[in-house]
Amino acid sequence: MQQELTLQDTIEGVARIIIDELKLEDVTPQTFDPDLDLIDEVGVDSMDLATVALVLQDEYGISIDEDDYPKLKSLRLIAEYVLAHAPVKS
Amino acid sequence: MKTVSSLLDSHWYQRYKRISQLNIRSSIYDVTNRCNLRCKGCFFFSSGEDKVAREETDPEKWAAFVDKEKQRGVNLAILIGGEPTLCFDRIEAFYSRMPTYCATNGLIKVPRERFPDMMVGISLWGDEEDEKRLRGQNTFRISSNNYEGDPYTYYLYTITPNQIGRTGQVIRKIRDAGLKVHMQLLSNDEAVDGFSWRQGELDDLRAEMDEMLDTYPDTVISAKYYHQVITTGKMLDRQFGWKECPSVTEPLDNREPKPRRLIHFIRWASDLETMHRCCTSATRDCSTCKDGAAHMSWIMVNKRAHMRSAEDLQNWIEVYEMFAKLYQFLPW
Ligand code: SF4
Ligand code: SF4
Repeated sequence: MQQELTLQDTIEGVARIIIDELKLEDVTPQTFDPDLDLIDEVGVDSMDLATVALVLQDEYGISIDEDDYPKLKSLRLIAEYVLAHAPVKS
Repeated sequence: MKTVSSLLDSHWYQRYKRISQLNIRSSIYDVTNRCNLRCKGCFFFSSGEDKVAREETDPEKWAAFVDKEKQRGVNLAILIGGEPTLCFDRIEAFYSRMPTYCATNGLIKVPRERFPDMMVGISLWGDEEDEKRLRGQNTFRISSNNYEGDPYTYYLYTITPNQIGRTGQVIRKIRDAGLKVHMQLLSNDEAVDGFSWRQGELDDLRAEMDEMLDTYPDTVISAKYYHQVITTGKMLDRQFGWKECPSVTEPLDNREPKPRRLIHFIRWASDLETMHRCCTSATRDCSTCKDGAAHMSWIMVNKRAHMRSAEDLQNWIEVYEMFAKLYQFLPW
């Protein structure tokens, strides 16, 4: 049986993906503020989100509707989205 | 990690916030293959793009097509041609459904009772002499009469090498007609004699464009960083060209590695099925392409690359504001 994903693990997992994919410097999954506004503060745009969404799809088995991109404004919101949409583990 | 607010003071941060949520997704549409002019150096006719597809003439098919474009996420329609004002029904299919910009040579007046706030961009290729030589007539005389004082119209002034030292007189005429102007550079697709850029001319032009913006800030819609990038072909440490161009039709874009690009951008032919390679001529040499929209978009899709310093990010903001003003997502 796989372990349930916790919010904290998911936040760190999403942080790792974003750091790797967007090649962010001077930040680690542990130091990445989960409530930092990714669009207004980190400068993430819809092309970045599309790139990140592809990796999230592979890692968590979810697909993200493009219309939902504007809602995914922080690590926490993305992690909550992942948890709400991830397939039920058995 | 550098954040936007760590780079900007509150004035610039407010300006950034006005544009950061805009999420503009444009595509370009050839409304017709016909034109009431035949300019030397027009990429549409010189590359045979008027022949690659038949014209769809059924207004209902245009309406259904625009509905599908909306579903695809497009929220800004840029209408080019040929000459779109030859087909007002097709323009209406867009205008009644989404923010629409119509490029025109200005010889036909867009009826404002039908299209009250549609953005209109009038092409202008220089002063009287150049216009006559390249377009067969002085279109400014007619277009400025048609659109004098129109608050939703600006001139898209394509500067040729002949114009260096003479842009001021053109811009003053535009100001006196109560209109705005945005500047771009001729790519000389038809290699018209005397209209290719020579060494050093682009540096002079950059200085002149800067001067025009400083001298006529209420008339010129532009940004000095845009002048720098379009005249040098360089942004940060990168060179503009095929590998970097953001304005390639998405379904035809098989470049690897994938550059940053306009999401869902397509340039459609007027049969509503055929796609063109990019926002301009498919036969144009990317290494000498001076397309203004492609250069502007190149800057805009590279926001995070401009988070190296406050100055870079401020440059990015000014170019984004320029774009948003040209399509009236921000007031002039
Ligand atoms: S007016 Fe525009 S479309 Fe018509 S020939 Fe001239 S450049 Fe081409
Ligand atoms: S011709 Fe210009 S706009 Fe078209 S793909 Fe090449 S660089 Fe881009």
